[in-house]
Amino acid sequence: MADKIILEVARYSPEQDTKPCFATYEVPVHKEWVVLDALNYIKDKVDGSLTYRWSCRMGICGSCGMMVNGEPKLTCATFLSSYAHNGNKIRVEPLRYFPVVRDLVTELSDFLVKLKKVKPWLIRKDTVPLSQGEFLQTPEQLDYYKQFSMCINCTLCYSACPVVGLDPKFVGPAAIALAQRYNLDSRDQGAVERIAVLAHPEGIWGCTFVGECTKVCPKHVDPAGAIQQYKLNAVLDWLTSFLMPRGHNSQDVKP
Amino acid sequence: MRQEIVKAAPAYTEFHPRWYRAPVSVYWWLGQWRYLKFILRELSSLFVASFVVITLLQVRALRNGPEAYSRFQHWLQSPWMIALNLVSFLFVVFHTITWFNLAPRAMPIWVRGKRLPEFLVAAPNYAIWLVASVVIAWFVLR
Ligand code: FES
Repeated sequence: MADKIILEVARYSPEQDTKPCFATYEVPVHKEWVVLDALNYIKDKVDGSLTYRWSCRMGICGSCGMMVNGEPKLTCATFLSSYAHNGNKIRVEPLRYFPVVRDLVTELSDFLVKLKKVKPWLIRKDTVPLSQGEFLQTPEQLDYYKQFSMCINCTLCYSACPVVGLDPKFVGPAAIALAQRYNLDSRDQGAVERIAVLAHPEGIWGCTFVGECTKVCPKHVDPAGAIQQYKLNAVLDWLTSFLMPRGHNSQDVKP
Repeated sequence: MRQEIVKAAPAYTEFHPRWYRAPVSVYWWLGQWRYLKFILRELSSLFVASFVVITLLQVRALRNGPEAYSRFQHWLQSPWMIALNLVSFLFVVFHTITWFNLAPRAMPIWVRGKRLPEFLVAAPNYAIWLVASVVIAWFVLR
């Protein structure tokens, strides 16, 4: 294996640059090094002004997402060695479709606003007295939504989705998957409240099923699946409301 | 000089002065097979539509009697119609495979608290497809 690798890193300084350019760094390759280690090496040894986000170094916090050779990746989970064959060059850019604050740091407030819009929390219609205790849930009921609850908000799926790039108002994969996580939770009663945002041209109907969101998800959340499930239920809901105008909501599909 | 730099800087936005927003190229789908594949699948709808039109024309020819129908058949045998049908066929197969593979994810089936494995949901679709194709082939080639 080559013991050096070339990193082409996107640099953008809002005070000086009108658009990003690439800086090239030579980095030693250690067998166990990931792309994030290489960035840390550059920051420690070569250029302390390189700016990027990271925290946990173990695929939990979701803050180290970047484009690695054009693919959205968690840089703490992307080994240098898997690129050693590629002419020994790795191109690192900020996540696509997000505004860039500096170097590899993207601006996330647009995503956070969208996330809040789908109300990703437990909504109760009734008020149950505290004395009744907690809402119990069986392991089966947990399994029903667990996959969608694994999202770490790393936004890789937004960078994989061309609809996000072409229609800035599209709610996007992670937010819809998280809405579905609560819709499927036996303790939640908020599915009806989420319909307005989800069953909307900028919600699920904005999705054209490219399917890349699911492929890049480091947590196997399958946002594309969540969206298609919701589409199917929305159509059924529309059909039944057509046939039985009163009292039906098939978005409430919990066990 | 300083003046120039400030002028050339990206426009100020509501929240932050100088974010850089990369423009999305019209050709974003070129160059990466996964996105090209998506565009091809979208394009396939045109060919699916052509199938529908051909079928409608066939029904019309059938209604207009044997002579019209043999004229229609003759038209179908022209090389460019065969080419069109071949391309349409490939696109429809591509389309079908996409949606059959999607079925288990769009319609998770839970049996006694366990989600059915994906292939168990997809397989019946393929099985029905195969049986239907064989039955139709038997009728046509008989
Ligand atoms: S540093 Fe936390 S996910 Fe990579």
